[in-house]
Amino acid sequence: MNKRQNFLKGLIKENPVLVLVLGTCPTLAVTTSVSSAIGMGAAATAVLLCSNIVISALRNIIPDKVRIPCYIVLIAGFVTMVQMLVKAFAPALDESLGIYLPLIVVNCIILGRAEMFANKNKVIDSAIDALGMGAGFTLALFMMSSIREILGNGSWMGFEIPILSDNSISIMTMAPGGFLVFGILIAVVNKISHGKNSKKNFGCAGCPSADICAKSNGEQEEAK
Amino acid sequence: MTKFIIIMLSAVFINNYVLSRFLGICPFLGVSKKLNQAVGMSVAVIFVMLIATAVTWPIQIYLLDPNSLGYLQTIVFILVIAALVQLVEIILKRYIPSLHKSLGVYLPLITTNCAVLGVTILNIDEGYTFAEAMVNSLGSGVGFLLAMVMFSGVRSKIEGADVPKAFQGLPITLVAASITSLSFLGFSGVIENLFA
Repeated sequence: MNKRQNFLKGLIKENPVLVLVLGTCPTLAVTTSVSSAIGMGAAATAVLLCSNIVISALRNIIPDKVRIPCYIVLIAGFVTMVQMLVKAFAPALDESLGIYLPLIVVNCIILGRAEMFANKNKVIDSAIDALGMGAGFTLALFMMSSIREILGNGSWMGFEIPILSDNSISIMTMAPGGFLVFGILIAVVNKISHGKNSKKNFGCAGCPSADICAKSNGEQEEAK
Repeated sequence: MTKFIIIMLSAVFINNYVLSRFLGICPFLGVSKKLNQAVGMSVAVIFVMLIATAVTWPIQIYLLDPNSLGYLQTIVFILVIAALVQLVEIILKRYIPSLHKSLGVYLPLITTNCAVLGVTILNIDEGYTFAEAMVNSLGSGVGFLLAMVMFSGVRSKIEGADVPKAFQGLPITLVAASITSLSFLGFSGVIENLFA
């Protein structure tokens, strides 16, 4: 796989949100307005880039058994840095992201890429992978927030749209609208890709705790 | 006392962690297929939320704040929660094997569950006292349980439904979640007026 493909796969073929279905919590929560969605995308991309580079550089040093705690500590460190930068330079963004900014720590995309890509690949490839995945995450958030802000608030990036702003469907910016738009977007992606990417089950494969999750499902079934 | 009831009820119904705050969506979508799994996961979440709050609240108030180390909150909390989950698992395995058998498989999943980290951070942000924080954690956990149980019922209906191909799997589940969360919107404003 060359570097260009490596970058592009994160955007479309393996889009972390719409195809791999990782990081659903921030996707649903911060997409009420385009500006906060882009802010979230940028913050998560910054953390992902730093963590992928460092984890890839340390991949031969970190013992396999304690890798997940190590990754979490590294990621938490970078999230704290981003948190302080956002607080200092973009207080309005800090306000609109609120609790979801520190929660980047437990965003499955970041831990998932560390586990699936960075601990097996070279530093430069991991950095490109992080940029691609970050861009894919931001793109998905941007699409979703555009739909929700235009329909729910009658505006886009804060600019009012003449007719729509008088006839806004406010449910779109509320919780049910988030689930609905996300579901429909994934269905559209499935349709376009003719079900090539669609999985029968949820995209647990990218989740670091997928093993345990599958085990818990399996054991429950055996118990019956 | 009224304040505790308000905190409890609003955590369960109005600010439901899954359906209106979007925390803990992964287990909500991943482990809600069967009722017994949904209940097992939720009980484990309630358990860990309570213990995590009981430990992180004193750490923040008596250790981090007096030493102006508040910025370490994220790192400290995630580490404490991860260590705590391990510890709880070991203790359960040793002393209460029957409980470990039913909850054990879910415990490791909870380390990276944003609902647990979310509730501990929100307790600090809201400026709750220790008792209020514990009540809020319990309420949040019960809200999680309620959402999981309701949704597993909804999902068992979807399993047998004939949905368009593009909507099969996750998309139709999300649409169902949307309608489930719509039902919770009905609670907004109720609690404030109940005690006004």
